[in-house]
Parts: sequence; C-alpha cells; structure tokens
Amino acid sequence: MKFSVKAWSSGKARTGVLHLGSFEMETPSLLLSTRKGLPHFISPDLLPSLPSPDSRLLQFSPLHFLDGLSPKTISKIGGLHQMLGLHEYGFVAVARDSIQCLPSHDGTNRVGPSFETPCGRHLIKPIEYMEMISSMRPNIWATLADEVPAWVSEKRNTSSVDRTVKWLDECIALRPIGGEVFGAIVGGSNEELRQHCAREVARRNVSGYWIGGFGLGESMDERPALLNAVCDNLPEEKPRLICGLDLLEEVLQGVAAGIDLFDSTYINHITLGGFALTFPLDGIEAKVSNFQPSDVGSDRIKINLRATVYRKDTTPIVEGCSCYTCRNHTKAYINHLLNVHEMLAQTLLELHNTHHYLGFFRLIRESIKEGKFERFRQRFIADRHDDLAVSAANA
Amino acid sequence: MALRFEVLGRFNRARAAQLTLPHFVCQTPLFMPVGTQGTIKGLTNDQLEEIGCQIILGNTYHLALRPTSELLDELGGLHSFMKWPRALLTDSGGFQMVSLLHLADITEKGVTFQSPIDGKPMLLTPEESIQIQNRVGADIIMALDDVVKTTITGPRIEEAMYRTLRWIDRCVAAHKRPNEQNLFGIVQGGLDPVLRDICVRGLVERNLPGYAIGGLSGGEDKDSFWRVVAQCTAALPEDKPRYVMGVGYPLDIVVCSALGADMYDCVYPTRTARFGTALVPEGVLKLKHQAMADDTRPIDPSCSCMVCKNFSRAYIHCLVTKDAMGSQLLSYHNLYYMMKVHTSIFVDFQGPTNA
Repeated sequence: MKFSVKAWSSGKARTGVLHLGSFEMETPSLLLSTRKGLPHFISPDLLPSLPSPDSRLLQFSPLHFLDGLSPKTISKIGGLHQMLGLHEYGFVAVARDSIQCLPSHDGTNRVGPSFETPCGRHLIKPIEYMEMISSMRPNIWATLADEVPAWVSEKRNTSSVDRTVKWLDECIALRPIGGEVFGAIVGGSNEELRQHCAREVARRNVSGYWIGGFGLGESMDERPALLNAVCDNLPEEKPRLICGLDLLEEVLQGVAAGIDLFDSTYINHITLGGFALTFPLDGIEAKVSNFQPSDVGSDRIKINLRATVYRKDTTPIVEGCSCYTCRNHTKAYINHLLNVHEMLAQTLLELHNTHHYLGFFRLIRESIKEGKFERFRQRFIADRHDDLAVSAANA
Repeated sequence: MALRFEVLGRFNRARAAQLTLPHFVCQTPLFMPVGTQGTIKGLTNDQLEEIGCQIILGNTYHLALRPTSELLDELGGLHSFMKWPRALLTDSGGFQMVSLLHLADITEKGVTFQSPIDGKPMLLTPEESIQIQNRVGADIIMALDDVVKTTITGPRIEEAMYRTLRWIDRCVAAHKRPNEQNLFGIVQGGLDPVLRDICVRGLVERNLPGYAIGGLSGGEDKDSFWRVVAQCTAALPEDKPRYVMGVGYPLDIVVCSALGADMYDCVYPTRTARFGTALVPEGVLKLKHQAMADDTRPIDPSCSCMVCKNFSRAYIHCLVTKDAMGSQLLSYHNLYYMMKVHTSIFVDFQGPTNA
C-alpha cells in the first residue's frame, strides 16, 4: 500500500492517492459497506457498473463469518479475494460494521471488545481476531478498539483508551500474513483523551489510522473539536479512516478535519428505507424542481420511493444519472417493487444510491483541488438548514 | 394470430423449433421462469438475458392487485413497465385464485372469490380475465379455464372440461388484441383419456395460436402424468406450440420434450433457491447442510455460470437463508441450469446425433 497527499484546501482538507494492490484511487473516498464481503444487494457481476476505481474499496467485518465459515476453511480457499472472485478490489477489515456488528461496551472487558452480532453477543480476543485476519488476508485491517458511547463516565472512557492501545500492541505482535495495519483510535467525547490516544497510536509502527468511537451519541457540534484533537496529532503522510460519519454534513466535517477514508452505512440505511438520493451533483438539477417539504421523508437530498406520488412516474430517479438503475428503470417500477416487497427494489436502490454517494465524494475531491472546499461545504450546510426550517415551519 | 412457429429439427416425437413472438424470437423447447409480480426474485433484466431467459411469466392475479392492470395499460403495458425487451406470458388468474383464496368458488359465470383487500365478493369472468390480460399486454395470454386437481375423481372433472370449452369461446370473443397477443387454450379433463380427447378436439376446432396442457403437476403419480402429456401431444397440431403448465423438475421437462412438448413454466428453480437448494446434474444440493461448511468446490464444477465460476459451496453455505445475496446467487445458478437443460436439447437437434 502506498499513500501520498496531493492537495490541500481550507486548512486541513486534503486529497491524496491511495495505491493498493492492483489499483489506485483518489481520496477522500468511500468504503462500500458489505456483508461477508459482498454488497448487501448488488451481486458481483453488477459491481463493475459502478464508477471505478471509486467503488473498489470494500469494508467487511471478520465477525460476519462467525456464523458458518471457519478461518481454516477460508485459508484453504485462499483468503477473501479468492473466495469472492474479486481480485481487483481492496478489502478493509474492521470489526465494527455499524449495521449488524455493533460494539457492546458493557460486554467488553480487559480481554477483548464485545459485539452484538446476528449470532448473539461475542467477545473477540486479539488472538482470535488475528487468526481471522490471517486467514482472510485483507489489504488493510484495523486493530481492535473499545468503542464507548458519548455518555459514559470519564473513568470508563479512560480505560477504553488504555485497552485499545494495549490491543493494538497485541494485534501487531501477532504478525499476520500481509495486510496493512491501521491503528485504532478512540477517546469518546473527551478531547484530552482523544489527543492522548492519537499520540500513543502515532508512536506505533502502523500504516494508517482507524478512528473509532464516532456515530455513538456525540453531537454534531462537539464533533469538530474531537476530530481535530485526533487528526492534529497524527502524521500528515499516513491515511486516516473513520467510521460512523454517514450524513453528507458529517462526511464534510470529517473531510474538514483531514480524514481520507470513510466507512459509512448511509447507503444501506436509506436503501432499506426505500429512499433514493437525488441531491444535485455537478450542476445536474434533480427533478425535485418544485421542492415541497413532505411528510414521507423526501427532501432536497432524497426521495421516498414508497410514496404514492411515484406510482405512475415513468422518469428515472435522477435524469441524466448514468447508473444502471436510472439507465434502465423508472420510479414507477421501483415504487411497485417496494410495495410488493420484491428484493429487486433494494438491488436497484443500492446501485443508484452508491453511484450517487460516490458522486458526492468526487465533488468533494474536485472542490479541494480547486481550493474551494470550505465554500462547497458551507453551501451544502446552508441548503440543508433551509430544508429543515421549511419542514419545521410546515409541521 | 401473432406468432410464427417453425419446426427446425426432429427426433421421434421431440422437436426443436423457432417461435416468433411480437417481442422476441424464441428457440423451443424453452423454460419460462415465473416473475410473479413483474420481477424474478432479485435478478435484473441484464442478468436474465445473460442467463438466456426468452419468455417470463407474469401472474395476472398478483398484477391485477398491484400495480393494477389499468396502471400497466396507462404506462404502456408490462413490457414497458419492467423494461423487459423479450417476451412475456400472462396466465388467466384463475389458478391463483383457486389456490390462494379461501372461499373461491367456480360457477358458470366465472370464479367467485372474496377480495383479498376488503373481503367484498368478486367475480373473475372469462371476459374480465382477457380484458385484464389485454391491458397487461403480454405476447401470450391464457384462457380462463376450469381447473380441477388430478387427485379429484367423479363428475366434477367432466363438468370442468366442458365448461373450459364453453369458456374458450367467451375468451376468444372478449379478446381485443388478437394481432398483438396470442390466446392459448388449455386442455383439461383430469386423468381421463376420453375427456382429454374431447377437450383437445374441441380446442383444436377453435384454431388457436397455441395450446397448453393444464391440470397436471398437482400431485398425480408420474405414470399418469406422462400418459396424459403423451396423449395430448399426439393429438395436438404439429405446427403449433404446446405448453405444459407448471412443469417443473428438469427430468420432467426432458421427458415431456421427448413426447413433443415445447414450453414449460415453474416456480421450482427460484423457489428452491430461496430455501438454499441448488440444482445440479446429480439432482439437488442442499447448501444449508453442515457438510457444505467446508466444501471448497463450486456448486457444480461443470457449470460455467458466474456463481459456479467465482464461489465455493462453503461461501454460499454461509449466505443461504441468512443473507439476501445467498438467494440471489442461487436463483441465478438455478435458472442458468434450467436454461442449459433446454439449450442442450435444442442444440442436440441441430446435429446428426440426438439427445
């Protein structure tokens, strides 16, 4: 793996190039969320229809395989790339997947972090984790972290930092075969602890940083200070990956603080809800021309395709969008699929939403390269505030 | 009549043919996957084309409920709604009603039932069924027939057979688009060769574009099943397609093709995929079984579909019944397998050696 920073804008926002195995991609960029290595609904033969190389980084949790595939068998098959036939893709292993493998801070103890998984609560020790990593051979893997929600006591928060650093050392000591290690950084909502953890991890020999403990109850207002407390204490030339920032404004907060890679479950959540992203990309005006605040959750960012207003709408989700869904299908058809609970709805939505969200990241990179990132960010926030104000006034 | 049927090769009673429909030129024998509600569970049109699907079946009962035939008509028909570039077939809606609804009853007027939406009494007549299918716009539409299970005995079978013949006339009269949609009649008569014969001759007299053999695949023993198919294919015209409804297992399809049938439909490959079962040359493979958890071979080493080329049984095992992707991948493989069964029959006819 090679990473280099290329351009800056508005202080800490930066673009970079990540060279990983068989491909190179620009950052800031998105990790696509997967279940057992494959997207939730997009089958592997449809993956190439997504923009490339933007869509080549896939996040997975080793804990996904607890329910039926042993590390021994995965080793026998030859690792994840071989098992999935996705040799041209990059896999990033992170224990927390924010959908089905959720940190369970009260189950965690000195020995390892605990997660709520579909197979029940599971405590994973570094030695077990590293056995999984060795068998799966991801391109990048994050060390184990004790992530705590924003409201825990300072004592609990402090012990989470101590444990996380300890497990980092244990994981590294159990040298796996290949794969770049990203050191995990926590610290909850305490700026000093965040700073302390970042400095400790920065002293270790890691290829990059995985910043955890966000999206667990902290407010958007307190987040910039916490992000800065971390990023300001990390070397500039190593990549920073963050988990738990989903909404567009949250991603922008992360970019502003100097984050390069985003592990987000936004696409999954809106897809399951029947929503499609429609906010304008690059001057392509969404057909939400007469924007009206609605009581079905549609706004300037997305539309709720379950709404009856789309029953006979034979236009694509976004006019001019080049994704598979918009080139081939209409809002009316997806509305029908949602109503009759057909899986194809989720496949088509995940395709479009991924395509669109990747477009957002492309806009971010362009604005940084043009030195206009802060202006870009302010415009997005302003639009969003307008929508919320109108919706509130009409409620 | 809106189709052309040309036999290109024969082997005894089996035939390979080209069936030209308004939306697509098909090779028979062919298998039609069932896309009940306007989609084949989880697969995109591109994938279906890659697999080799030529005709998809839509269920009139389900589509009439949602999104309704009127909406489909307004938006240009089911082809346009689904953006499916190949052929479509709709059934009459009668079978689903009888099998899915409580208190469904058949009278001379039609099928009376309780609306699943509000419980009101409703009636599906032959005229109404054809009108709905005219609005949906499929290449092939099916007559409303009076279908009885083959496990039933007694005068009900004869009554159903004669009623089917009376209803076909009503269907033909109600059909507003004979130059764009082909109305197939359905042969009934249970397992009784005399009744089946009367029904075949009655339908053939009406000179329909194609004929279906109905009322089978409902629990009768295999010997009875094959005998009825053999009798019907012997009596139906050579130059028109023959469709055995609700079939089925790969072996049944091969045998029926040997007896001279051309078209089939069944939910089996896609339904069994959702239960974690794959179709393989040796029969079936139950991916749910613990034994699959460390089997690193592909589902079918002789299969060249993207599932068998990329994945192991062990990986599919950890997906099935737990993750949507599992049933998508298995549906893909199972349909690919079914299509291969057909193309191999078709290809074998082209050369001097035969199936």
